[in-house]
Amino acid sequence: MSEKKKSSFATGLIAENPVFGLYLGICSTLAISTNINNALGMGVAVTFVLIMSNVIISLMRKIIPDEIRIPVYIVIIASLVTIVEMLIHAYAPSLYTALGAFISLIVVNCIILGRAEAFASKNPVLPSAFDGLSMGCGYTLSLLAISFIRQLLGTGIISLSNPFTDATIFSVTIIPENYIISLFTSQTGAFLTFAICAAALSAYVNKQKKKEAAK
Amino acid sequence: MNLVSMFIAAVLINNIVLSKFLGMCPFLGVSKKMSSALGMGVAVIFVIFGASVISYGLYYLILEPLGLQYMQLITFILVIASFVQFVEMFIKKFSPALYKSLGVYLPLITTNCAVLYVAQQNISSGYNFIETCINSIAVPTGFLLVLVIFAAVRERLESSDIPECFKGNPIALICAAIMALAFSAFAGLV
Repeated sequence: MSEKKKSSFATGLIAENPVFGLYLGICSTLAISTNINNALGMGVAVTFVLIMSNVIISLMRKIIPDEIRIPVYIVIIASLVTIVEMLIHAYAPSLYTALGAFISLIVVNCIILGRAEAFASKNPVLPSAFDGLSMGCGYTLSLLAISFIRQLLGTGIISLSNPFTDATIFSVTIIPENYIISLFTSQTGAFLTFAICAAALSAYVNKQKKKEAAK
Repeated sequence: MNLVSMFIAAVLINNIVLSKFLGMCPFLGVSKKMSSALGMGVAVIFVIFGASVISYGLYYLILEPLGLQYMQLITFILVIASFVQFVEMFIKKFSPALYKSLGVYLPLITTNCAVLYVAQQNISSGYNFIETCINSIAVPTGFLLVLVIFAAVRERLESSDIPECFKGNPIALICAAIMALAFSAFAGLV
């Protein structure tokens, strides 16, 4: 069982990575990935909503009438997102400004509704919570990967700061200012980085598949 | 004049797809064929306009006088979901041909983040009613424009030789990157 859990966790991270593999939640991935701080904040917020919505929907799966399930899911998700939005606004105001409209847009993030429909509505509570965690981690990891590349190439500085106090935890200048490619902080850079990451993952998965076929 | 420049800015400069990254799912999903791209674009214009105007009315007539601003998100998403449902039933009844050609894309508009974004943007930017109407038409017009251009690009991609791992969405995103570069040239227009 634990072996199965481990492999299903890895599926969420790599083969069925919600962002690069299934192309869900791309909007926020592209927009938020300008620096690591925002990416981490957004990833944690989405993971939280994902786990909670999966748990609640899984608990209620037997009492929700089938015909109106989508509106019910959306209301549950919207309430959770409102809670998260208020918490971020109260405790991490700078993160709130940086993420802007994208916090409330978590409601329409396809990952959450997709997992509710595809997994939580059919499975018991614990596996659903676990699925939420795995998908959330996959999303956060992809966000971090893209934002790391974009921040490194676009500004040359890798930094992380505490979202609650705005104190800098660390900041390293890796590429001197004269050699940075500021294109990567723009929209074009977001699309390019995303495309190349997705292609790299698809190449990896294809190779893995070929290996298995050869066996 | 101000309204005209607002329209142009929303269509070309702050294009919803290429500069705000919203509505990516239908942008990638429905852009494989020109005809479905056109249908989707028109349906989105209709839904964004209708949903934004209703949300605007609800916010200023009910939520604000009662001090229920925190219910904004839940109210708007319900307005959007029920509006899409209503539009679907309406089109099904009065124009079965159009309903058939739009097919599965119609209900999917609910999860198009552009719809919720425009409804919220109208409120958070403090637009009055006329500005709300202009903005709610301009933003999806930009969506339609980019979707149609992108569909044309993708029809060409079908017949070109692409490396294995770039097949499908990655190469489409590379094209989107080049389009975003082109659109960023509009920045100084207004």
